[in-house]
Amino acid sequence: MTPFSALSLLRMGLRGQRGWQPQWRSPDPKSYYDAIIVGGGGHGLGTAYYLAREHGITNVAVLEKSWIGGGNTGRNTTIIRSNYLFAESAALYDHALKLWEGLSQALNYNLMFSQRGVLMLAHTVHDMQVSQRHVHANRAAGVDNEWLSPAEAHAFCPPLKIDDIRYPVLGAALQRRGGTARHDAVAWGYARGADALGVDIIENCEVTGIRLGPSGAVEGVDTTRGPIRTQRLGVVAAGHSSVILRMAGVRLPLESYPLQALVSEPVKPVFPCVVMSNTIHAYISQSDKGELVIGAGTDAYTSYTQRGALHIPSHALEAICELFPMFRRLRMLRNWGGIVDVSPDRSPIIGRTPVPGLYVNCGWGTGGFKATPGSAHLFAWTMAHDEPHPINAPFTLERFRDGTLIDEAAAAAVAH
Amino acid sequence: MLLIQCPYCGERPEPEFVYGGQAHIARPAHPASTSLEEWTDYLYRRDNTRGVHAERWRHTHGCGRFFNALRDTGTDRFLATYRVGERPPEPADARS
Repeated sequence: MTPFSALSLLRMGLRGQRGWQPQWRSPDPKSYYDAIIVGGGGHGLGTAYYLAREHGITNVAVLEKSWIGGGNTGRNTTIIRSNYLFAESAALYDHALKLWEGLSQALNYNLMFSQRGVLMLAHTVHDMQVSQRHVHANRAAGVDNEWLSPAEAHAFCPPLKIDDIRYPVLGAALQRRGGTARHDAVAWGYARGADALGVDIIENCEVTGIRLGPSGAVEGVDTTRGPIRTQRLGVVAAGHSSVILRMAGVRLPLESYPLQALVSEPVKPVFPCVVMSNTIHAYISQSDKGELVIGAGTDAYTSYTQRGALHIPSHALEAICELFPMFRRLRMLRNWGGIVDVSPDRSPIIGRTPVPGLYVNCGWGTGGFKATPGSAHLFAWTMAHDEPHPINAPFTLERFRDGTLIDEAAAAAVAH
Repeated sequence: MLLIQCPYCGERPEPEFVYGGQAHIARPAHPASTSLEEWTDYLYRRDNTRGVHAERWRHTHGCGRFFNALRDTGTDRFLATYRVGERPPEPADARS
């Protein structure tokens, strides 16, 4: 792997950008790995990277049924924040945010991480109470979050219309450390880093079965590229987690829904931050390419189609046009869906399963991108030690049986 | 947008309906003797099938009644809708 530097960019620039090498190999699967990760998104590639880098487990394969980063990693709205209500969640997401802050340097890969601030609007008395409760809970947990008056919110985000609208803005919570990153670069940066440490990234390789031994422990997987043996299998398959875990006889507390997003035609820099509104359900930011990136809601029904109905994004656009009248004549360029695995309490599941050697990292629902480095880091720890890290210890599969839910569902309402 | 065949009102657009999740989940008949695992199954675990899925819908902005449907979650195509209390039709026999 050639390290990227100002000098190497300049040198290649002078040579017409010819001479760049592929950033990771494309190997055939071996017959045995010390660990196999199912799912080549950011969370899965990151898990392989941390297994190799922090735990010395380098004989690792990442199996991806299509191309890496082509699932939810390439379909989210790239928003990063850690202002969750409960202490367990705030610790989990802030662990991720702290890793984000040094990740471009650690990976030697420009993730275009931009801490431009996430502004969450309050439109009703109930919103005000809930948002301020979030602000206080976050500050008590050591996570930055502050309360802004409508005028302060407008000053922070000048395109925002705060009054003379159906639901006037009564205030906003601002997490200044929040922001965005380029989602494709996250998958590519982790892939490049993992590959350099010896991890095999195997694309177009779909898992079709999980082999269990006589004791009930994992012995390997069947794939469209042949059987592969392993004693340590980590499933990070987002919307398809239920389908994969079913192969080992494990039924998960998950439902998979399409979540839609869309981008506008690119325009000059006009939008300084991320704005979210739970009440009228809109979230928006501007990518470095100039497109406005807009998140819509989930469709009503479970599905694996990676598409949804038009009335869902149209509802989000109505809210955007109300809050930002200057976007009313902007044209939308692309609209797509991703399949998100939603857990009953809207918190993820990171840990062991009843099958020895089988680990799962799922249930990220509508909000997994922001957690990518933290999720990967903690899942690698869990797979390496066969026990959860203290930060992900509350996020077990057993919490649904034991009643120890981390109920961000009630705390976050919709957008996550 | 889905077009959904309400068994009482006929074909109507999706926004008239509310989704009710997986169908045919019975509440444990004897709560006191139901184990934690059985409660977890009832309350939280779902098949989340990729393929033919039996599910509940409610025609909220129409007749207001619940009914069941068979839908392929890999294509979003409805195979059949049927009334509460009826057994799900075999997918092969279902109207396409």
